[in-house]
Amino acid sequence: MAVSLREYRARIRSVESTKKITRAMELIAASRIIKAQQRAQQAAPYARELTRAVSALVTYSNTDHPLTTEPEDPKRAAILIVTSDRGLAGAYSSSVLKEGERLAERLRGEGKDVVTYLTGRKGEAYYRFRGRDVAESWSGFSDQPRYENAREIGEALIGAFTADEDAPEHVDEVHLVYTQFRSMLVQEPHDVRMLPLEVVESDERPEKDEVLPLYEFEPSAEEVLDALLPKYVQSRIFFALLQASASELAARQKAMKSATDNAEELIKKYTRIANQARQAGITQEISEIVGGVNALADANAASE
Amino acid sequence: MAKTMRVSLVAADREVWSGEATVVNCRTLAGEIGIMADHTPVMSVLAAGQVDVRTVDDGHWVAAVDGGFISVADNHVRLLCEYAELSHESDFDEAKRLMEERKAALEGED
Repeated sequence: MAVSLREYRARIRSVESTKKITRAMELIAASRIIKAQQRAQQAAPYARELTRAVSALVTYSNTDHPLTTEPEDPKRAAILIVTSDRGLAGAYSSSVLKEGERLAERLRGEGKDVVTYLTGRKGEAYYRFRGRDVAESWSGFSDQPRYENAREIGEALIGAFTADEDAPEHVDEVHLVYTQFRSMLVQEPHDVRMLPLEVVESDERPEKDEVLPLYEFEPSAEEVLDALLPKYVQSRIFFALLQASASELAARQKAMKSATDNAEELIKKYTRIANQARQAGITQEISEIVGGVNALADANAASE
Repeated sequence: MAKTMRVSLVAADREVWSGEATVVNCRTLAGEIGIMADHTPVMSVLAAGQVDVRTVDDGHWVAAVDGGFISVADNHVRLLCEYAELSHESDFDEAKRLMEERKAALEGED
């Protein structure tokens, strides 16, 4: 009995140290979420103004731009999947990857080839393990993305989209798969078609009754559009990265909270079993002593 | 006193400055423009360079921007840039150090 008592104690100790770690990760994630949300809020004015400007441009100038023109016969579609760099975030990465698979399946069903772009080490590992081709991937910033990251990604995707039709990297569509941060409890994987652009569909849409002013464009509407649209795409990517980072942290906090609860449960259970084992040992010892005393007493009584 | 207009300078990750001002001077691809209150609606592409703003009560600030947009409408000037930094907030030594670092990195690549 004594051996198993020691075993249980050791198990309790190891679960306790696990619990300490998961608890710490939970608290870290919780404090970072607040920061991530602040960053998203600070980025909002830029996205809002840019959306306003783009919608004004598109409304008042009838210019066609390569980034907004629908290709006649789309053949190749690119998907950018935003995953996390680190694990221990519950189903966060796997659910966004699954959404990516679903989208890829749908696009293949429409007769398009699918090219994959990734951010985050988890996504890279998933694709490498399955031996699938990835056009390009970026990692190292999933928990606090910076605007440069979005710009780099945006440049690569726009480059592929505007490349010559015969170029190997050419794509006709670009889709974005990321996790939307709805609340601390709900984060949903979400896919949007980013290119060709369908302007003004984001949440920052200007109010309906707001009349857009009649702008003069300098040097010309085309040139302004040329400069504006890539930035709009990059800002959309930045927005997606920020949402994804907030979602990742929220998912991690949730996962770590349930791990901590679980550890507590286990500790309780093992403590009960250990106590039982100890009690059983004591009871046995007492009954052995009592039995011994009785036997001695019997022997003494018999000899008298 | 001159009429004023709202000015906001917005970078990709934060709002750098917003408030009332009388004159905004900046460089666009088509050349330098100066904007005062009640300007006609204009949208233009900013070149990398500086933005010069005279605020109410004779205040004045200069910001460095890396290119972006300016849109003027309803007496509100919006300057959108990916990066923007106010001169009185930026640290000269830090900027110099960064520049040296980048230069060294570029030379390393060659």
